[in-house]
Amino acid sequence: MSAITSTLEAYQQQLRSNRLGLWLFFISEAFLFGGLLAARFYLWGNSRPDLDQALGLTITAVLLISSFFMNRAETAIAHDDRKTFLESLLVTAILGVIFLIGVVGFEWSGHIKPWHGAYGAVLYGMTGMHALHVLSGIIFILIVWNNGRKGHYSGERHWGVEACAIYWHYVDLVWVFFYPALYLIGTVVH
Amino acid sequence: MRTVLALGIVKGLIAQIIGTALGMGLVIVIRLLGGRPAWEAEPIVVVGALVGAIGLLIGAGVFSDWFKWTRGEETPMRHGPPEGKPAWTRYFGVDYSHKVIGVQYTVTGILLLLVAGSLAMVFRLELAHSGIQFLDAATYNTYMSAHGIVMIASILLGVGGMANYLVPLMIGASDMAFPRLNALGYWVNVPGALLVLAGMVVGGWNTGWTGYPPLSAQAPMGVQLFFLGVYFIGLSSILGAVNLIVTTLRMRAPGMTLFRMPIFVWAMLATSIIQLTATQLIGLSFLMVVVQRLLGMGFFDPSLTNEAIILGSTPGAPVLFQHLFWFYSHPAVYVFVLPGLGIISELLPVFARKPLFGYKWIAMSSMAIALVGFLVWGHHMFVAGIESSLRVPMMFSTMLVAVPTGVKFFSWVATIWQGKLSFPTPMLFVLAAISVFLIGGLSGPPNATVSTDMFLHDTYWVVGHFHATMFGGFVFPFFAAVYYWFPKVTGRKYNETLGKLHFWLMTPGFWLQSLGQMRIGLLGMRRRIVDYDPALGIDTGQLLITIAGFVIAFSVLIMLYNLITSARSQEVAESNPWRSRSPEWQIPSPIPEESYARPVVIVGEPYDYGLPGSVYARMSPVGASGAPE
Ligand code: HEM
Ligand SMILES: [Cu+2]
Repeated sequence: MSAITSTLEAYQQQLRSNRLGLWLFFISEAFLFGGLLAARFYLWGNSRPDLDQALGLTITAVLLISSFFMNRAETAIAHDDRKTFLESLLVTAILGVIFLIGVVGFEWSGHIKPWHGAYGAVLYGMTGMHALHVLSGIIFILIVWNNGRKGHYSGERHWGVEACAIYWHYVDLVWVFFYPALYLIGTVVH
Repeated sequence: MRTVLALGIVKGLIAQIIGTALGMGLVIVIRLLGGRPAWEAEPIVVVGALVGAIGLLIGAGVFSDWFKWTRGEETPMRHGPPEGKPAWTRYFGVDYSHKVIGVQYTVTGILLLLVAGSLAMVFRLELAHSGIQFLDAATYNTYMSAHGIVMIASILLGVGGMANYLVPLMIGASDMAFPRLNALGYWVNVPGALLVLAGMVVGGWNTGWTGYPPLSAQAPMGVQLFFLGVYFIGLSSILGAVNLIVTTLRMRAPGMTLFRMPIFVWAMLATSIIQLTATQLIGLSFLMVVVQRLLGMGFFDPSLTNEAIILGSTPGAPVLFQHLFWFYSHPAVYVFVLPGLGIISELLPVFARKPLFGYKWIAMSSMAIALVGFLVWGHHMFVAGIESSLRVPMMFSTMLVAVPTGVKFFSWVATIWQGKLSFPTPMLFVLAAISVFLIGGLSGPPNATVSTDMFLHDTYWVVGHFHATMFGGFVFPFFAAVYYWFPKVTGRKYNETLGKLHFWLMTPGFWLQSLGQMRIGLLGMRRRIVDYDPALGIDTGQLLITIAGFVIAFSVLIMLYNLITSARSQEVAESNPWRSRSPEWQIPSPIPEESYARPVVIVGEPYDYGLPGSVYARMSPVGASGAPE
């Protein structure tokens, strides 16, 4: 066995463990987000606050589109297309920032404040915890982008990119559950 | 001096002090910029504590490799003691070997056991007699709360110690799947424990280990550091669980199918599933109280301000906390006991020289306990005003747990039956564990029955119940494990006479303490209170419990004396004094840096003790590659 195949072999062994580990971490996080959802239904029941629907729809769309670019980035590096890879990563990060601005800059400056009963608590609790994850995702993307710029990662070895991409999709998926729970389900009381 | 200053823990503590100051300063600056008075204790202390804790981790060097990764540098795995430094220093710094990390966990766990035990000794003296002796109510509450949570931290660390040291060895792996993550998993406990203890000096708190709001929303500031500390300790559970599951599923020696794993590995797998998932919910519930106190987010506040009413908002609900909290904390009791029950099943066949009775049933019963454990949390809330439709289902599901637990008891009895028993200290502790866990288990169903729990809830009966389950399920088996693997870890023999003395003091002492607690509970003694009415007629009972508590504490000191002196002077142990079949006993003690110089191959069943000619683990010939297919 040559040295190169043996390290590749070791890399792939470790890769499989890494993937499993990451998915276990997601299962764990699902309980965190699930707990928040449970709190939402326990406290709000069949009602919901009056939130800006246009804003909600916009940021949701932005986040979903960002996942497309993330996927494009990962596919690109898998085909050793560094240029598309770096571009798409940047687009993803920018869309992520737009999402954050939507939540923190606009939603949070609306008429509901954290101390406004269960509405405030749950709204800020859910969007806050999710925003923290988006923020960490953006930082992750920028680190990967920076390393990619310096020539790291290849079609064969890009676990860092893969992890970043799955994480981003995961955070996106969480929002797919949070958005209806916050914006759509239940009736607005006036 | 230079060596001491270079220790990871010392650098970490210095960084923690700096971080705390930075965090506090940050809040003050933000407040001043916002035009508010500079000082408000709670936010300043909380942010300081948080930044300080992260500072400790960075200072100790836990993140160093990862920081390099973010800059695109590769870092080779470090092996062996740090270069040019004495070997002992690696135990005080960030080290990636699972054997070092296992010892770090275990020793830290025992240290916390001593801290929490001392607190108990103080308030047991107070309780020995009715009336107020020397503790005021607030101090009593703080000590009692800290005792509970520090003990839980100690148990979690003890579990982590056994898991990290033993599981890779038992499955014939070179290390855990993610050694750096493993180090982080240990190190987050250090700031975690420090924060909880710091909570005692910044006002203490009076909520008990459960931290229920609304009380915890109004408690003194110490409760915040308690919440934060537990958050860090919980993080350790999650990281450790990820690592352990991946290690178990991916790194077993060739030939080790799932049903040929040592039974302790099964127990840890079941435990890890709970730790991985449920822990998030205690973390979430504590975090929610933290932000309720800091930012006024009224998750658990049933009152509404005028603004909130105008918005049409629903109120917060204190019972929600209990749902989230117990969704973790009931399964958590199985985190405390499943590893210990695994130790019992692991050691009994060795000392009975007989196969473990019903291996597959035992393995599956651990899984069943872990999974059913998710469906029973409401039994802690029968009198808390939960939906009455939940009560009876929760009662039945709780009773269901008794089935897999019963499977374990039957297996233990059948394994002992007609065995060629020998009684060195570890075996004595295993037998004590079974007897104590029996008391604890039998006292559970009366709590789980709605009608009887109406009377038992919040009394010393419950205190007796959970001390018996936790001692039978963790403390006794843990001590058995410490004695049993001591020769493997240190390469020395412990002193058998002192070990037996420890056993003969602690076991009767514990029976007296636990049964006594149940008895005074039935006579009307409430939980979590500094004083009681002499008319209850329980003064003598309380005194006996206190005496028993001191006997137990004294016996633990004997164990420590035994371990410390034996490690330094006792004679060298043989490599396999117990004639175990497990792979870790087939290699030299103490175990060399690379545990298995020759890869292990599993060729038979793990517990075929007494079957002539049967083999479990074999070392492959020198030079052969043991890479899994
Ligand atoms: C047959 C098995 C068991 C049953 C039916 C059972 C049932 C219960 C119930 C119903 C309670 C609530 C009592 C109350 O507060 O009114 C309780 C409390 C408790 N149990 Fe168990 N239990 C069992 C085994 C265990 C085990 C194995 C442990 C492991 C350590 C354990 C640890 C605890 C703890 C820590 C508490 C007290 C929680 C608190 O602070 O309020 N139990 N048990
Ligand atoms: Cu329970």
